Amino acid sequence: MKQDIILAGVGGQGILSIAYVIDNAALADGLFFKQAEVHGMAQRGGAVQSHMRLSSDAIWSDLIPKGEADMILSVEPLEALRYFEYLRPGGIVVTSLTPYRNIPDYPDIDRVLEAVRKAPRSVVVDSEKLAREAGTVKAQNIVLLGAAAGSLILKEASLLATIDALFRGRGAAVLEANLKAFELGKKAALGA
Amino acid sequence: MSHQILLGDEAIALGAVHAGLSAGYSYPGTPASEIMEYLVRLAGETKAFTAVWSVNEKVAYEEALGASFAGKRALVSFKHVGLNVAADPFMNSAVTGANGGLLVVSADDPGMHSSQNEQDSRYYVQFAQIFAYEPSDHQEAYDMAREAFDVSERFGLPVLMRMVTRLAHSRSPVQTREPRGPNELKTGAAKDWTLLPVNARRRFALLLDRQPEMVRFSEESPFNVLKLNESDRSLGVIASGVGYNYFREAMKGEAALPSFLKVSTYPLPESLVRELVGHVDAVLVIEDGYPFIERQLKGLFGIAGKTVLGKLSGAFPVTGELSPDIVRRALGRDPLPAVAASGLPLSGRPPQLCVGCPHADTFKALNKALENYPGSNVFSDIGCYTLGALPPYNAVQTCVCMGASVGMARGASDVGLHPVLSVIGDSTFAHSGITPLLGAAFANTDMTVIVLDNATTAMTGGQPSYGTGERLLRIIEGVGVAKEHIRTIEPLPKNHEKNIQVIKEEIDYRGLSVIVAIRECVQETRKKRS
Repeated sequence: MKQDIILAGVGGQGILSIAYVIDNAALADGLFFKQAEVHGMAQRGGAVQSHMRLSSDAIWSDLIPKGEADMILSVEPLEALRYFEYLRPGGIVVTSLTPYRNIPDYPDIDRVLEAVRKAPRSVVVDSEKLAREAGTVKAQNIVLLGAAAGSLILKEASLLATIDALFRGRGAAVLEANLKAFELGKKAALGA
Repeated sequence: MSHQILLGDEAIALGAVHAGLSAGYSYPGTPASEIMEYLVRLAGETKAFTAVWSVNEKVAYEEALGASFAGKRALVSFKHVGLNVAADPFMNSAVTGANGGLLVVSADDPGMHSSQNEQDSRYYVQFAQIFAYEPSDHQEAYDMAREAFDVSERFGLPVLMRMVTRLAHSRSPVQTREPRGPNELKTGAAKDWTLLPVNARRRFALLLDRQPEMVRFSEESPFNVLKLNESDRSLGVIASGVGYNYFREAMKGEAALPSFLKVSTYPLPESLVRELVGHVDAVLVIEDGYPFIERQLKGLFGIAGKTVLGKLSGAFPVTGELSPDIVRRALGRDPLPAVAASGLPLSGRPPQLCVGCPHADTFKALNKALENYPGSNVFSDIGCYTLGALPPYNAVQTCVCMGASVGMARGASDVGLHPVLSVIGDSTFAHSGITPLLGAAFANTDMTVIVLDNATTAMTGGQPSYGTGERLLRIIEGVGVAKEHIRTIEPLPKNHEKNIQVIKEEIDYRGLSVIVAIRECVQETRKKRS
């Protein structure tokens, strides 16, 4: 059993928090994992990606080879497209539909979403709307984690326990919003 | 025994702590910063050892060497180019030797994710003629860091650990072991540590004498693994560090592996290399960074009757980071089937200054002030503000190394360029900007230095800065800059016109001026609020 996931987005969108939750859930589930991430200059509003590898057997490479990714999980639609060549035939793309426009030549969003839907399987959610509904627009990353949850090889209880551990210290309201964000993401994926 | 999720950098840090570390020193730099971030956090919790962000890498090295001379176990860490800054004490510490175990961690950045070059620290290992480790995964990073202190004390020499970005910034569980306590204080060997020629000659001879023992130690290290395939002698693989992972990844699902040697320590385990090469017709060398092993193997004349493949032969690109895909191709395996690229042209999303960044306001004022000086040059330095070289600012024309902008500005001014400016952050100024300013102040050089004081080391995540606020102004004055030409501005849109005026006035003054642009990094302000 293995699952390779490209996590994508823009610096500051909380990609590393998604990775943190998956890492800890994988540890709780007794899986091997390696998760390569980007630090330093790229975090300043640049494209950010993380290679997340989960497996019941030992893992060699920190990076996912092209054609091995089972999933692209992106907080930004254009960023999801950047890693298509990593996706295996039959792989799934889970992404937000909300563009992050901090570059002058951002393409037409309809064309971006049309390209996303060309993936073998895709789940596109309005993470911004759902995060607001959950109580904080900052929880878009957790909405997307919720949207991906049904396709992950991780136990949902392990994901929820880590979300709890991650946000409990930031107050009951923040924790509540993130748990709700997860639920709303999950529901949206079922309806997608 | 327990499992902890650690970055490769953190695995080294924890390995050092569990080896009885007494003191760690560093200057921030990607991809090494997280080693000291972790040590500072742990030291704050346990109070069991000292962990300090130093003023620069040379100082960090000397602080660690001092702790080692006092008999304690010490660590110094930096990014690869930080070793250039620390090269003087580094090279000489191979001659003095270490007392308490001394681990030097140098993190290379193949592919230049966040660096000015992709120099390979293994050349420094060979240059200084010391022992070194190159881990391929997190567990090795932890285990090697622990062992490195014993090895350092065994040889009486500093030991280096070569990291690369990919492992430094990857997370995985690590199995930890029972910690060892710290060393007792122990001073001593004055004649070894005082490098007068008479002592240095004796010590250098001793260092050379030790080389065969280090090679033997490398040959016996369980971290180096030789596996021969008796039925297929066509190809053998020598792979080091993350290159070994990519080799194993590419061979996944194959019934048999070619003969291979996993190299994890330097000097090279010579007998193992000979055994592998003797066994096969062709050798493929897989290493992230420069073709360090490949070049040694090949020498000037190659190996009679053998083919050596690697970066020099064209089997891999000479520049950039290795990847599983590149290695797969070099091993002659077909690419995996994959989804096609979307076909939509994707513009890049480069890093940029944050919304509300004080540097942006300084650059806007600077550009305006320089409008009527077409022959000007703005030398810049290393930090977030290097992004001022990109649109929409296009405000600076150089980025070479830490502190270079001040010395370079003086050189340009000395040969007649006007106006000449230097733009440097407060932490970089403390790192290496003060000494060149001392010379420029003595000569009253016709140049204008702008110190961007955002009160932190921002680019690497907000480490402390030693030259900020009032202290910074006193340093500038103390260096000898005339008080009336030390000006301060607050880079905010509302002060735009005023700031242009200040910059213009100091450009027109044909001597040395320093303008300090004071406003806190917006990331730090945000952190304090949350």
